[in-house]
Amino acid sequence: MSAANRRILPGFRLSLSFALAYLTLLVMVPLAACFLKASTLTWGQFWAVVTTARVRDAYVVTFGTSIVAAGADLLLGLLVAWVMVRYEFPLKRFFDSLIDLPFALPTAVAGLVYSTLYAEKGWFGRYLIPLGIEGVNTRFAIVLVLTFIGLPFVVRTVQPVLENLEAELEEAAACLGATRWQTFTRVIFPPLIPALITGFALSVARGIGEYGSVIFVSGNKRFMAAFPHVKSTEIAPVLIVERLDAFEYAEATAIATVLLLTSFLLLGIINYLERRSQRHAD
Amino acid sequence: MQIESQWLKPQQPGRRTQQDHALLRWSLIAAALAVIAVLVIIPVISIFAQAFGKGWTVYWRSLTSDPDTWHAIKLTAFVAPIAVLANVTFGIAASWAITRFRFPGRTLLTTLIDLPFAVSPVVAGLMITLLFGRRGYFGPWLLDHGIQILFSWPAIILATTFVTFPFVARELIPVMDALGSDEETAAVSLGASGWQMFWRVTVPNIKWGLLYGVILCSARAIGEFGAVYVVSGHIAGQTDTVPIRIEKLYQEYNNAAAFAVASLLTLLALVTLGIKVVLEGKTRQELADAAAVQQGPEVEK
Repeated sequence: MSAANRRILPGFRLSLSFALAYLTLLVMVPLAACFLKASTLTWGQFWAVVTTARVRDAYVVTFGTSIVAAGADLLLGLLVAWVMVRYEFPLKRFFDSLIDLPFALPTAVAGLVYSTLYAEKGWFGRYLIPLGIEGVNTRFAIVLVLTFIGLPFVVRTVQPVLENLEAELEEAAACLGATRWQTFTRVIFPPLIPALITGFALSVARGIGEYGSVIFVSGNKRFMAAFPHVKSTEIAPVLIVERLDAFEYAEATAIATVLLLTSFLLLGIINYLERRSQRHAD
Repeated sequence: MQIESQWLKPQQPGRRTQQDHALLRWSLIAAALAVIAVLVIIPVISIFAQAFGKGWTVYWRSLTSDPDTWHAIKLTAFVAPIAVLANVTFGIAASWAITRFRFPGRTLLTTLIDLPFAVSPVVAGLMITLLFGRRGYFGPWLLDHGIQILFSWPAIILATTFVTFPFVARELIPVMDALGSDEETAAVSLGASGWQMFWRVTVPNIKWGLLYGVILCSARAIGEFGAVYVVSGHIAGQTDTVPIRIEKLYQEYNNAAAFAVASLLTLLALVTLGIKVVLEGKTRQELADAAAVQQGPEVEK
């Protein structure tokens, strides 16, 4: 393909230079601006910004709710993917296509509807709140809406792997006397692990950055040192917006840098896993 | 060929020798459907129930006679297509370069395309503010020359384009990779010009994959909240897009109107899902055709 193509097929220079210019202007320059701004702070200043009680608390809320929601997605996503791949039932295609709704539905709409469903008079809230389950203005509310948003990430990464598992392996396990549960835990589950980790990481990464839906459901309760028993619900992106509105660009950037580096780390893990599984497939 | 491909489908459920016990099977199905119902179906029904809760007239009036809502709809209808068009142009150029040629840094470029997925929308908005804000890197100079970018539509377009950046390229790269360059090479060898080859060979071959990318990109562009919220300054009647308008109405305790506007976006999302199902089938067909073409000569031997 390679060198010969450049002589035969047209447009190498045009397409590559356009793509590079576009990528540079739209993605690399803004990213560079972010790191440039972060570098104007000394390490001490940076550390002081990201470790104030309020910022630290916002990170705990952001990362904590994202990880718990991704964990819930892991279990629910595996269940849904399993059922969609292994079983037949009426309207299966319809249900399967609905799994992608969180990708297509604007996050503001998700936040709006979740905040009313779990409110006192909402369809779910009227039964849950008497039981002491508060699905609005709490950290649990954030977990709920992030679970909705992250679900397709797990289902859509696990589904293809589950489809491509060889039936022969399971049959062999059964022939050799394994119970169905043993077959699941020892034969079916291990090859799913990379896909599950990828789905989990994608879901966490999405949760960390999520803003639109969370501000509807969380109530944005600030951390207050005087009331440590009140569980705050303020996420880090809310603080970034607040600092920007006050023209505190450097502080906002410092808070954002931690989020950015975490997401890049997660993206790195995902890339590594994908490459590894591709090598194994080859 | 047709019969063969039917035979090659290994995952026919009936063929599975190990079928789970019916009780286990149906309880797992019930649990999975309950998850989908609670997380997805009931919320969607609830959106429409609340949008039409006060009747058609209220619904219609909250959509059409509120000037701020109407302005938001017009702004979104202006911004989203521009962002999508920009990313389509980039997507085609990038996937052409990546799939048709080998050059140093090719893998790196493919990785960099995914980068915006890892950036939180609010952080994307922050980056644009750092560049064009009143105390940003270019902002003061541009403002001196009378060019307003932040808190205006150019920033909204930039933010939307950044957030939706990878969608088209990501869909096109695998499709063009699978198609291979044989037909294009043939067209050029037979004397077609570059653009003739592009419009008559490449575009018809990738059309479904391209449309799929456009659909995904549009859905995200219309619904983007965080990045636009930061760079638009969310000024009512001026820089509010539809999702931000929903938030404003919600803050004003005007739930009926908020849900009326939200029902529009939900309808759009459902249509997107419908088109997606159709297009996924077509894209798969495109890939299968490509595979068949590539296998063709060997079969004839």
